[in-house]
Amino acid sequence: MAGGSSINVLEQFELHPVLGGLGEALRFSQSPLYMIAAVCLVLAFLYFGMRPAAVVPGRLQAAAEVCYEFIHNMAVDTIGPEGAAFFPFIFTLFFFILAGNYIGLLPFSFTFTSHIAVTFAMAFMVFLLTVVVSLKVQGLRFFAHFMPDGASPFLAPLLIPIEILSFLSRPVSLSIRLFANMVAGHVMFDIFASFVIMLAGFGVVGDVFAIGPIAINVALMALELLVGVLQAYVFAILTCIYLREAVAH
Amino acid sequence: MGVITKTVRAGLLATVCGVSLLAVSAPGAYATGMPQLDFANPLVTGQVMWGAIIFFVFYLVLSKAMLPGVARVLHDRSQRITGDLEVARSAKQDADKAVAELQQARKDAMAEAQAHLQKVLDEEHRAADQQMQEINARLASEIADAEKNVAAEKARALSALKEIAADTTQALVHRLTGVVPDAQLVARNVESASAHRSII
Repeated sequence: MAGGSSINVLEQFELHPVLGGLGEALRFSQSPLYMIAAVCLVLAFLYFGMRPAAVVPGRLQAAAEVCYEFIHNMAVDTIGPEGAAFFPFIFTLFFFILAGNYIGLLPFSFTFTSHIAVTFAMAFMVFLLTVVVSLKVQGLRFFAHFMPDGASPFLAPLLIPIEILSFLSRPVSLSIRLFANMVAGHVMFDIFASFVIMLAGFGVVGDVFAIGPIAINVALMALELLVGVLQAYVFAILTCIYLREAVAH
Repeated sequence: MGVITKTVRAGLLATVCGVSLLAVSAPGAYATGMPQLDFANPLVTGQVMWGAIIFFVFYLVLSKAMLPGVARVLHDRSQRITGDLEVARSAKQDADKAVAELQQARKDAMAEAQAHLQKVLDEEHRAADQQMQEINARLASEIADAEKNVAAEKARALSALKEIAADTTQALVHRLTGVVPDAQLVARNVESASAHRSII
């Protein structure tokens, strides 16, 4: 927003090396820094929450246990009994995204889930994992899934490309969904905030009308809190659904 | 389970390596506007590499240290609740058994007391009957003795009466006639007269 008269809403997504030359050499920007912060936040929450290890949990411990059981139930209910093995992965994924989304809502912070490179890397990791697990569990029968059961063989030339395309588009849709949601939310924050600054230039009348964009930003914050957890949940539950297909016999 | 866990780990490792390679060797695409699409910027691809490392470390710490700890606490709790419920259930069973035993003991004691009471009453009845019989027998023998005495006295008195009657007859006859009658004749007459009148 320091870009003179015109306000660049995309400026907030720019990456800057931290620690000067060292960060530049190691390609270490504020994005990995916020990833580390998010990871530390989650680990600290779990560590201090579970430190009492009480039979009757306190508030923080109850919260940590709720998080554990929520993801555990999601993994086992969606994937099946094999879901317990994937549970740590789903937990990692969900809380990495959730902490990233929420830490980005703090003023002056950075949202690493607003970078398509990050979200696509995660989606591609899920995609590769499902392919590896599918091949491991089902062997070559995995490729039979591209021909739906009971479909007429005459439709095969049409169905098989469609199925392959929908399978390959999974990482794309998974990554763009999260990326677009985060970018859209933060751009809207910036746009409404810039309205406030523009209105401030019109004197007293502008000051009064500036209440509108501020109120909208407050409402947006509530919406973004919902979107943040919802997108993390969608990412995790879709991963579970893909993994269920992978472990299905 | 073990196979799947190993598969997950191997898959993760492969993904991390693959994505890192992909990121490092990604062709530069100049995009104006969104900084996210500026793949020529080494920082954009760099965050993929760093992200992969951070994510993998996060996964390792969670799966090796944090999540097993939470699982242990949850497992201990459910174990303890099950154990406590078991203890409570067995305690209730013991209490129920004790109550049943108590009731049985009470019933037995009541039956025993009833039997004892009946026995004592029977004994008392028998003893009283016996005593009554003894008293009756004694009274009967005493009555019999007394009757015998009375009869003896009566006989004695009656025999004396004959003598008196004979003496009186002798005296009367002597006075009237002046003749002393034969004593034996008088006694015989008195005897027959008394037998005739059946005084005895």
